[in-house]
Amino acid sequence: MTVPGSIAAPADGRGGAPILLTEALTVRFGGLTALNSVSLAVRRGEIRAIIGPNGAGKSTFFNCVTGVLRPTSGRIVFEGEDIAGLPPHRISRKALARSYQITNILPGATVLENVRIAAQSRHHSWSLLRHYRAYTDVLDRARAILDAVGLRDAEDGLAANLSHGAQRNLEIGIALATEPTLLCLDEPTAGMSVTETRATVELIRRIAKDLTILIVEHDMEVVMDLARTITVLHYGEVLAEGTPAEIQANARVQEVYLKT
Amino acid sequence: MTVPIPIEQILVQTVNGIVSGMILALVASGLTLIFGIMDVVNFAHGELVMLGAFVGATTLTSTGSFWLAFVTAALVIALFGAVLQASTLRPLLGRDPLTTILATFGISLVLQKYALWQWGPSARKIQEPITGQFHLFYLEYPWYRVATAIFAAAIIGALWLFLRRGKYGIWIRAATQDRIMASAMGIPVPLVHTLVFAIGAGMAAASGVLFGPLGGVTQTMGFDFTLRAFIVVVVGGMGNLGGSILASIFVSLLEAYASLVVSPAQAVIASFVALILTLLFRPTGLFVPTPK
Amino acid sequence: MLALENVHTYYGKSHILHGVSIEVGRGEVVGLLGRNGVGKSTTLKTTMGLVRPAEGRVVFEGKDLAGLAPHKVAHVGIAYVPEDRRIFRLLSVLENLRTGLERPGLSAERRQALLEKVYASFPVLRERRNQAGGTLSGGEQQMLAIARAMMLEPKIILLDEPTEGLMPRMVSQIREIIAILHREGVAILLVEQNVPLTLEVSSRVYIMEKGQVRHHAPAAELRGNHAVIHQYLGV
Repeated sequence: MTVPGSIAAPADGRGGAPILLTEALTVRFGGLTALNSVSLAVRRGEIRAIIGPNGAGKSTFFNCVTGVLRPTSGRIVFEGEDIAGLPPHRISRKALARSYQITNILPGATVLENVRIAAQSRHHSWSLLRHYRAYTDVLDRARAILDAVGLRDAEDGLAANLSHGAQRNLEIGIALATEPTLLCLDEPTAGMSVTETRATVELIRRIAKDLTILIVEHDMEVVMDLARTITVLHYGEVLAEGTPAEIQANARVQEVYLKT
Repeated sequence: MTVPIPIEQILVQTVNGIVSGMILALVASGLTLIFGIMDVVNFAHGELVMLGAFVGATTLTSTGSFWLAFVTAALVIALFGAVLQASTLRPLLGRDPLTTILATFGISLVLQKYALWQWGPSARKIQEPITGQFHLFYLEYPWYRVATAIFAAAIIGALWLFLRRGKYGIWIRAATQDRIMASAMGIPVPLVHTLVFAIGAGMAAASGVLFGPLGGVTQTMGFDFTLRAFIVVVVGGMGNLGGSILASIFVSLLEAYASLVVSPAQAVIASFVALILTLLFRPTGLFVPTPK
Repeated sequence: MLALENVHTYYGKSHILHGVSIEVGRGEVVGLLGRNGVGKSTTLKTTMGLVRPAEGRVVFEGKDLAGLAPHKVAHVGIAYVPEDRRIFRLLSVLENLRTGLERPGLSAERRQALLEKVYASFPVLRERRNQAGGTLSGGEQQMLAIARAMMLEPKIILLDEPTEGLMPRMVSQIREIIAILHREGVAILLVEQNVPLTLEVSSRVYIMEKGQVRHHAPAAELRGNHAVIHQYLGV
């Protein structure tokens, strides 16, 4: 089904249906149309970036997919299941995780604790008598994640004492701990220095090997570096979709960004 | 309950309700102005009423003039309010609401004990300036009560004009709507906060003096005012000046009618019922247009 | 006249400005370009005293503005027109303008003269002068926000994305207003994403990326330099 303004997703390189699919997704706030019939398909295993100028609808799209916002109409299909309108905690159980723009860590807990609590959410038991230290598999998993995000050395320190970049990476770790198949990252490099940004890009590249990643970003270097496919939104509609090279060569996209 | 209540009783209670409503409106408008501009929930507001009444009583005793006592109380407590705000509340601006609630609650305790120390434990009396009554249905109704309502209305009217015209009115309204942009326009927002607190305090003191002849002056009188003023401010819409005035009359009328069927001490339940219903069904306030 | 020297600003732990240095001379129109999220608005907010820099200085006419409250910064001669306009919605158009007119030492005649001047430049504001600010259209609110700043008779106006969300017809009105201000000797620090407009009205342009100034050139030079523009602003 092709919708005007979008590019039909080509056959998935890894075979099979797209991991995330939206069909004619529309969000209206009173008289304002934030998203207008957005249809896109994210292939399993890819890194997909959503970009667009101010007010394009990136956050609205993101919030719909992660269950924070209920769409006015349209479908969101994740792993073959309709998730439009489901609340965030139900979506998280379905293996879709997100990170937040305003850091959402527990500042008073240790770095390890932060990740452990998230990891434990996947395997909770009703036993009040077992001490958390008895869940060795959970602790092992938490430590493995800290390794992946480069925070293993800081595991016993308080999360509040981490630098900003490290805190954002911890956020990614917390999201990872819920064992998602699709990870949604909301401006993961916001407020970071150039060095921290590079480290986060490397981190994302590492963890992308076993995951599908959907990322909203303003930093063009990060986007061009990481993304396999880029979707450009403009005034709530899909303006263009393609590889980084295709998007950079797209005159209409340049026009929109430079307001010529 | 099928006890028929004679129409005259209802009409008399309507007048009573309006009188109490106007005094309450004087207290509540100050409270709502303060909340609207600086997000301070002033738990000491009733104590400002009480202090005003005491200062009024003392001034009346020494000068014999009610109106001098009235003006003195309003000015002294306004000044006191300014000093209080500048010293204890201004440093708390921007902190979480719990901090200011605790601070003003602490201030209310201090002021109550201060009044006890300053004026002793016995109640004071304020003689009404206008004696005489007129025939209202089956009652001899005191002129003073009617005068109080008119006078309170006049003060509120003056406040309204002050806010609509003049430089300070614009400053106050701008700083209430957008504190940051007001500051960027050169409006000295900290000073405006102190001014508004002083105005609120002065109005509270004025109601204390007006209420004096009706209910006596005691160190603990403040609490009832704080309680009712809060109910009114919520029912009328927090920060909404017109709403709190309407709500003051509304709630006072409810209580007045309720005291036809239950004792006056129990009649306050009517106010709480209004509060709970407002919070359940129209939490932004009864007299506020439904937010879109 | 205005200089930001190595300014570092944080929002909590988020390091938004990484050593920003910018200068605006008397009467100059200086552009500040950059994509979303690079710190352009934060630069203006730091200048206005709405956010305190963790490091570095903001110097105006030789004086360090460190720690000055925003209303004092306004008194010194800097006016701010924010990105979302921030009209006082419940005040009338006239009352909005008056927030800038109620200054000490301003005679009634002078106030009237300033009002007349701004009504002449923005006739629609005269028409709507008793209407509540919140009832104006987006473009009219932008006019009002700029007019309000002009009431302060500032030496410099900080303009944050004045053309955002406006129709092309209104964009040319903004261009005219900037021209009028420039003629009167008011300096402007213009934050924009609209490249053509900025290159047209500015004498010099700074380009920011990720909290830093990455390029600084006369506008004339940038008008022909598509490569730089594409690099920092395109995709």
